[in-house]
Amino acid sequence: MGYPHQSHPRETPILSRYFGDAEARTIDGWRARGGYDALQQALTTDPQELQALVKDSGLRGRGGAGFPTGMKWSFMKPDGKTHYLCCNADESEPGTFKDREIMRWTPHGLVEGVALAAHAIYAETAYIYIRGEFTEPLAHVTRAVEDAYAAGILGANAMGSGKRVDVHVHRGAGAYICGEETALMNSLEGRRGNPRIKPPFPAVAGLFGKPTTINNVETLATIPYIIKNGAEWYRQYGRPDNTKSIGTKLFSVCGNITRPGNYEVALGFPFKDFLYDLCGGPLAGREIKAVIPGGSSVPILTREEAEGAVMDYEGFVAAGTMLGSGGVIVFDDRQDMVRQIARLTRFYAHESCAQCSQCREGTAWITRIMERIRDGDGTTEDLDTLVSISEGMSGKTICVLSDSCATPVMSGLKKFRHEFEAKIAANRSMVTVAGALRASAA
Amino acid sequence: MADVKTISLQIEGRPIQVPEGMSILEAAKTAGVLIPHYCYHPGLPVAGVCRMCLVEVEKMPKLAPACATTAMEGQVVHVHSPKALEARKGVLEFLLINHPLDCPICDQSGECELQDYTFAEGRADSRYREPKRFNPVEDFGGDVLYVPNRCILCTRCVRFMDDVAHEPVLNVSERGDRAFIGKAEGEDLTNPWAGNVVDLCPVGALLSKDFLNKARAWELDRAPTVCTGCSQGCNAVAETRDNVVVRMRPRPNDAVNQYYLCDVGRMGYREFNRRDRADQPLVRTTAGLVISEWEVAIQSAMALMAGKRLTVLASPNLSNESLFLLARIITHVHGAGVFRVARGAAAPLPGVEDLALREERAANATAARLLGFRESTTLGAALKSGDALLVVGDGLDDMDTSEIDGASVIVYIGTALPTVLEARAAVVLPATNILEEEGTLTNLRGRVQRFLQAKAAPGVARPTWYILADLLAAVGGTGQFYLPSDVFEALAATHASFADMSYDALGMRGMPVREGAPLRSAEAAR
Repeated sequence: MGYPHQSHPRETPILSRYFGDAEARTIDGWRARGGYDALQQALTTDPQELQALVKDSGLRGRGGAGFPTGMKWSFMKPDGKTHYLCCNADESEPGTFKDREIMRWTPHGLVEGVALAAHAIYAETAYIYIRGEFTEPLAHVTRAVEDAYAAGILGANAMGSGKRVDVHVHRGAGAYICGEETALMNSLEGRRGNPRIKPPFPAVAGLFGKPTTINNVETLATIPYIIKNGAEWYRQYGRPDNTKSIGTKLFSVCGNITRPGNYEVALGFPFKDFLYDLCGGPLAGREIKAVIPGGSSVPILTREEAEGAVMDYEGFVAAGTMLGSGGVIVFDDRQDMVRQIARLTRFYAHESCAQCSQCREGTAWITRIMERIRDGDGTTEDLDTLVSISEGMSGKTICVLSDSCATPVMSGLKKFRHEFEAKIAANRSMVTVAGALRASAA
Repeated sequence: MADVKTISLQIEGRPIQVPEGMSILEAAKTAGVLIPHYCYHPGLPVAGVCRMCLVEVEKMPKLAPACATTAMEGQVVHVHSPKALEARKGVLEFLLINHPLDCPICDQSGECELQDYTFAEGRADSRYREPKRFNPVEDFGGDVLYVPNRCILCTRCVRFMDDVAHEPVLNVSERGDRAFIGKAEGEDLTNPWAGNVVDLCPVGALLSKDFLNKARAWELDRAPTVCTGCSQGCNAVAETRDNVVVRMRPRPNDAVNQYYLCDVGRMGYREFNRRDRADQPLVRTTAGLVISEWEVAIQSAMALMAGKRLTVLASPNLSNESLFLLARIITHVHGAGVFRVARGAAAPLPGVEDLALREERAANATAARLLGFRESTTLGAALKSGDALLVVGDGLDDMDTSEIDGASVIVYIGTALPTVLEARAAVVLPATNILEEEGTLTNLRGRVQRFLQAKAAPGVARPTWYILADLLAAVGGTGQFYLPSDVFEALAATHASFADMSYDALGMRGMPVREGAPLRSAEAAR
């Protein structure tokens, strides 16, 4: 999409096609662009069929984990219980701002996807949980829901199908952790936004203890296109040698790059071309030093690693990182990686929900050490301690916030250790002590 | 329970069978393996937050929290494998980085799970070089003091107030390592059961103001007892230091009080430390009450009561044994026995079935009724002019002196001579209080429970049952009793309600009286 709102020829604009098109925001404008056709069609289709269709399409969760959407839906059976659909619009991952654009420009696309998904999982009630800071997207989505109710698209007799679909918009209060699916449910229920122990998984006992499906904004916004055009159509996007990553994906690019913004490419796109061709490469006279490809929680790549990566779930794993949320953060050669990583850990330390011991204490401890090294007061032992703390924080907690804090530290230490060491070598207090010791020994 | 399936698994190499649905942590307990934990408590909903109980389960990709992982058929669990130990060592280090390490001045020291597990599995040194987090001590109201610097955020206190006391005044405030236990604005921990949060706290973060700086845990002697604060009969532990009771704490018993004890029960221990105790037998002579030998005092009492109609005013806090012997004396001399019961507001603990601070503030009114004593608010109706009055244990509080004026002779058996009897008692026989003797009590549901001696008696005071056994012999009644268990056996042999009971059969958890035996308390009937 680039900036401002013009697709690059190598992009595949499906979700982003109407970005910048203010008319698409309105209900009439959306309908004129083929909106709500898919919902109309879906409401009279058996949910099982919709689940199978989405399964066939190969769509995977766009929130970060990449869980197959159709499979997630298939956990919801016609068991007579109350089901809920949650739309996770609490996009808070540093470096990620794709859901924001979907909600800003195509709020009806999201409402359509939400209503459609609700029907597909046998739910009559859906909640859109919007990040508290997203004031503009909130206004657009709220308006879209109101208009959809007024037009009879939502409500007791959605689009005349006789089916009830209610959509509630809930604004969060500004906590990163509420983007974790079970914390989001606690928050919706009016509790403190703490992640829950799994099992039970949301499909068994989610919102208000009822079977719940929770999907990301981008995932849900994609659904109407798949329903309308078919699974086969969607499967054309992706690289031929990898059938596990299908479709298009929005990438939010920020940092030291010529053209920051949202870009939608078919999965399997070469990352090098993406960075240099679509995004215009580094700023004049600079060169890229490091890239975080999927939001701040995934391992950092060096320029060489990034240039060799392929942009899909498996491609990024092969490069030693993850696709994550698609939030691409670019660092050029001016950047101090110690400082950058310290800033990230401070974020996680601030946002830890304080439940698990490792996360509550570990994120803050790491931050204090990182900031001490950043300020030129580090020691070589600190590096060993950082590795040890990071290991102690990984894979042992209720949710992955703890791991997310440890990840940039571990990958940073592995790939940019020389920067840490340079800071430590410049530690004047150490020089003085060492010098004093030498002097006294002499 | 018959339809619950049993599953087999292996924990630390020990094959065990447990009912389906049990957590690994509870299953390990049945195998005698303690998995270290902080946030887990059997009386509270599982939180799974401390991450201390991480264990290695074969075929699971990650370490599993034993409290929140269900035991499954065929599982092989390693509690002390290098991986699990390493994880717990990490948790302990995380919990200690901001901890003030002020064990020498901490009340919890010696009974602190942070201390214990650190000693067992923690690092010997700290790698933390940064300044520690500091938050000031906060008075939570009631008897509770919060020391946030020692808090490990296990949330047991929060969950107790939410899910057991149903008065959610505590919460986790803030996030990250700035988090602390907060108290709802304008609320205090004045719930009558709030004192339990101090026991539930595994570290020294929640302290009892009453116990503050009174004793070190290792200086205490402990004896199992039964709380006498009301008719609930909560199982308790009396903790003494140098023969002074310093604390009462709950002793778990699922059939009575689960893990809890109300604040009335906790604070009731002061009564047992009274300094104005009767500690020598006294007999009235022309010179007033003078110290006497036990034999002389018993003989005097018998001689004074002989030939008169006997009215007994018994305390409903006397043990089953004492009440039984007293009843036997009454039968032998054709007297009558009455008792008075103090009452107060009831305070149920909503999260536990049938647990409350009961209206009836007496430990053994049930047995008094079973053994033929009559409840009365006044003595007037029972006491005929010229009667001999035997007061056993009743402190005569709030009693109008005119009620005892009709007595021709008054013999007092008890722990402290009531002021109104100083000029009237003919004989004073000093008795031990309930923590200084052994015996049994019957709660409002008819559960008979043992209590053991926790401290020594002052002077030559004797257990009430012992004095009554002597008195029974002196009046020519039947039975020779050398131990409280002898008395209880005689009770079991002669009263259908107590049939087949013995101290051994009761154990320390007690058993209910035989069905069909009448429990005539209005409260028990509800």
